[in-house]
Amino acid sequence: MSSEIITSSGPATSPARVAGWQRRSQWGLAMRALRRDKVAVAALVVLVAVTLVAVLAPWISPYDPLVGDPRARLLPPGTPGHLLGLDGQGRDILSRLMWGGRYSLTVAVVPVVCAALLALVIGMASGYRGGRRGEAVMRVLDVVFAFPIVLFAIALAAVLGAGLVNTMVAVGITLVPYMSRVVYTSTVQESAKEYVEAARAAGATDLEILRKQLLPNVLSPLVVYGTTLAGLVIVLAAGLSFLGVGITPPAPDWGVMTADGRQVLLEGYAHVATVPGLVILVVALAFNLLGDGIRDALDPHKQTS
Amino acid sequence: MSAPDVLLDVRELRKVYRTPAVLGRGGSEFVAVEGASFTVRRGETFGLIGESGSGKTTVGRMLLRLLDATSGYVEFDGYEVLRLAGPRLRDLRQRMQIVFQDSGSAFNPRLPVGEQVAFPMRKFRLHPESEIKSRVVDLLEHVGLWADQAQRYPHEFSGGQRQRLGIARALAAQPDFVVLDEPTSALDVSVQGQILNLLCDLQDERGLTLILISHNLAVIQHMCDHAAVMHEGHVVETGSVDELFGAPRSDITRQLLDAVLEPTAPAG
Ligand SMILES: Nc1ncnc2c1ncn2[C@@H]1O[C@H](COP(=O)(O)OP(=O)(O)OP(=O)(O)O)[C@@H](O)[C@H]1O
Ligand SMILES: [Mg+2]
Repeated sequence: MSSEIITSSGPATSPARVAGWQRRSQWGLAMRALRRDKVAVAALVVLVAVTLVAVLAPWISPYDPLVGDPRARLLPPGTPGHLLGLDGQGRDILSRLMWGGRYSLTVAVVPVVCAALLALVIGMASGYRGGRRGEAVMRVLDVVFAFPIVLFAIALAAVLGAGLVNTMVAVGITLVPYMSRVVYTSTVQESAKEYVEAARAAGATDLEILRKQLLPNVLSPLVVYGTTLAGLVIVLAAGLSFLGVGITPPAPDWGVMTADGRQVLLEGYAHVATVPGLVILVVALAFNLLGDGIRDALDPHKQTS
Repeated sequence: MSAPDVLLDVRELRKVYRTPAVLGRGGSEFVAVEGASFTVRRGETFGLIGESGSGKTTVGRMLLRLLDATSGYVEFDGYEVLRLAGPRLRDLRQRMQIVFQDSGSAFNPRLPVGEQVAFPMRKFRLHPESEIKSRVVDLLEHVGLWADQAQRYPHEFSGGQRQRLGIARALAAQPDFVVLDEPTSALDVSVQGQILNLLCDLQDERGLTLILISHNLAVIQHMCDHAAVMHEGHVVETGSVDELFGAPRSDITRQLLDAVLEPTAPAG
């Protein structure tokens, strides 16, 4: 009646039969699936290229982004030596775009990552065996943060002054309830599934269940959502800069550049605003398309088909 | 104390599901299990029969402490199951395992199944780490799967294969008691027969005590020594399978029997 019989079941298996059965990790499979998705690869290439250019801007940008030549104002794209033209203060637009990526990409990625980490803690803590208390936490979060981001940014700028860090704080705080909601919902859904009970039957503690069973399943929708959000945040942050409560001139942030262009737009110098506007559009689109690609790549059913 | 040949003694087990009040509208209560009592002897296969929604799964989950019972008394090999906590509860979990009804959600979609079968072995420290993989492979082969399937993900298996995986995972804990929740309900007759034979073999080999939940009377008749009939949360009748099927005392049992025109033992 004991379980000894099992302990001595047959000869030990040869190493060849068990070699490498963890080879196919979830992330490895996802990367393979992503590589097959041409649109996602293109989006990824765009984002990597833009990031590289931004990082290397000090070495590769042809001109100083802050110093202009007042005699050469508003020259159009295609001007020799100035591929994308010059802005209202005679600054090289290409150089400003290169440097501006440092601001715009930072503003897109840092708040999303920070908000995602916070959302993981809040969402999983209230979603896993949270019951009504967890539901209440989410409601409170919705109410407290149901506050227009622009007003929030203006208030923050009023108190602390506008700038890169405050923009990120304003954007990040605004994202927390949305991202928490995504984590909460998938935590509630997943913890009702029987594999969680199976882990408990196998003696797993709550912490182990959260980390090993739920986290991988909750992380996937969050990564997808966060990537898509990054595209939105770039536009949002540009909007804040445009309104003067985000990143402040003369920093070559893409939003600031668009705002600069507004002043000369009606005088017929459309390129000053449209060139950075197009860059914002392309990068935001790339984030969105990459998000879609990641969604498919992380779906176990689509990985091995 | 229960008689020495009794492994599991269940008395007056009760479960009330409470739906919380939402936005002022009052919550409701639903009695899923009401005063369920039965005993399971060592080494036997005990059947739990009843129509859908009668509370069979709820009973199974309460026995394993996967769901908190509202009230009642469960004794397993001298331990008062509903009172255990901490390391003693952990020890008990190793001895009591379950094969879930829905094999589709019984496995984590994002972990290779080998990992999941290995999990109880690791948690309960049943083998040295160096042996775990070969133990998993042995188990998989034992339930009729292949070694190289260990690295696959759950969706890459058929329903019948996942049922086998569920059995493999339960056995990985080296339990002496297993609840099988409709282990064959989703399967066609031939696969059903294979799985039932597998279970019979495993039981002979390892001296397991089983609770077999099923609404298929032929399966119960073929596999079980004793059984309990459930209806709307109540255990309406318990007894040996021969008694239950030969001379049912309860109307419910009679109805269940009538509903099956010709109970035939599954092939094999
Ligand atoms: N988490 C829950 N909350 C509320 N009610 C529940 C919950 N789980 C089960 N129930 C209810 O309890 C009753 C018994 O459910 P249970 O799953 O035990 O039935 P069952 O006998 O296993 O049925 P089946 O043969 O269909 O699997 C059902 O009416 C069901 O709706
Ligand atoms: Mg059930």
